[in-house]
Amino acid sequence: MRRQFEEAEGELKNKILSMGSLAEEMIHSAIQGLAERKREPLQKVTTNEDEVNRLHIDIDNRCVNLIALHQPAATDLRFIIAAIKINSDLERIGDQAVNISQTAALLLDHPQLEKKLLNIPRMTELAQSMFKDSLDSFVKKDVALARTVLARDAEEDQLKSEAFNELMQLMQSDASTIQRALGLILIARNLERIADHATNIAEDVIFMTLGKDIRHHAEGVKDANS
Amino acid sequence: MNITSVVSLESLKLNLFYGNFHALKDVTVRIPEKAITSIIGPSGCGKSTLLRVFNRMNDLIPSVRITGQVVMHGHNIYSKNMDTTVLRKRVGMVFQRPNPFPLSIFENVAYGPKIHDLANKKDLPEIVENSLKKTGLWEELKDRLNNSALSLSPEQQQRLCVSRLLATEPEVLLMDEPCSALDPIATAKIEELMVELKEKYTIVIVTHNMQQAARISNFTAFMLLGELLEFDSTSAIFTNPQHQKTQDYVTGRFG
Repeated sequence: MRRQFEEAEGELKNKILSMGSLAEEMIHSAIQGLAERKREPLQKVTTNEDEVNRLHIDIDNRCVNLIALHQPAATDLRFIIAAIKINSDLERIGDQAVNISQTAALLLDHPQLEKKLLNIPRMTELAQSMFKDSLDSFVKKDVALARTVLARDAEEDQLKSEAFNELMQLMQSDASTIQRALGLILIARNLERIADHATNIAEDVIFMTLGKDIRHHAEGVKDANS
Repeated sequence: MNITSVVSLESLKLNLFYGNFHALKDVTVRIPEKAITSIIGPSGCGKSTLLRVFNRMNDLIPSVRITGQVVMHGHNIYSKNMDTTVLRKRVGMVFQRPNPFPLSIFENVAYGPKIHDLANKKDLPEIVENSLKKTGLWEELKDRLNNSALSLSPEQQQRLCVSRLLATEPEVLLMDEPCSALDPIATAKIEELMVELKEKYTIVIVTHNMQQAARISNFTAFMLLGELLEFDSTSAIFTNPQHQKTQDYVTGRFG
């Protein structure tokens, strides 16, 4: 029984990683289309989304089966619970990439703003690195790496606020930029959400590995049910 | 560990030897009152031996030697002046195979109160009725109390054995794999009974069935090779055990 469970667990892990790489590619393509002003990469995002949605359902089914058939406990149980939650974060990250690509497609209809993309490239880089490290920490059960992801989230929030402020000023000074500036505000918001999902994944990795729930500053609070 | 319940039974540095075999090693455990505590662990880990320590059933085995204490209400049950008959009335045991006496249903339940002089003859019908009601048997059996207990189904027999204990007004019920001879439906019914009974009684159950321990018990003790490795709330043992061996056992890596 143990062997079957471990095989199923291994397959589940691989599916999550495939879904993770697809979502990474989606972010990359969406931002590439925006930065290089090309439509081709944007179309790729939509293609990947179908596969991400398919994996979303497949992974949930696998988790339900593992729980129903093996009654997992302790680390095994925490792994599956984390997998279910990471699965929804990955799907949401995919959705954010789709949103970016749709907004980018609209922006391509207009000439580029003078200020170009402000700190959106930096936000992208940071969100991507957080996302990649959250997945690596999942694979390696690396709590220290997961904690570095949590530490980076504040910077992403800060960058988003800066982008909002700059774009607001731009809109106030020149009404013709409103449509394009709003597009960039949406994209900054999408990137910040991706970083939030990466943070959720890192928190799930810490739960999975240590059995500690650190969400909402709960670290150190004793389990109230025991 | 956050276990603040009132303690019903407590073993302190308990060691038990069967001849030269060291079956329990320095076991210190506090059994919380009016709760279900499961003892789990692989075969031969000492879980049934520990259970039997709580009402001195091991005394019946020659060559057993015990050191340490088991304290109930401030008294060491292994002290010289402890009356084991009184102890076993307070701390009753249910076994793996239902073992009703080859007597009528009525006589099975009335047996304990009679030998312990707990009741006048005229009170016995009421005691029998109450004891059978507590295990949910009364409605099924009230019209055939004089039938042989051996004519009952295994599940009814096991309930009857519990009724027989309850008739002597115990505080603690020890159950040694009480469902292992029962089918899943009967098991579910006995589990429900245990959960009802914990309102009034302290229950300690030895089980090989980890899902059963997880379903019904409030606390779980994990034993290995005669040692108590971990004791915690059942939820902690099954979601985040602290000892690697407990982790390996509850995830089915050995045992």
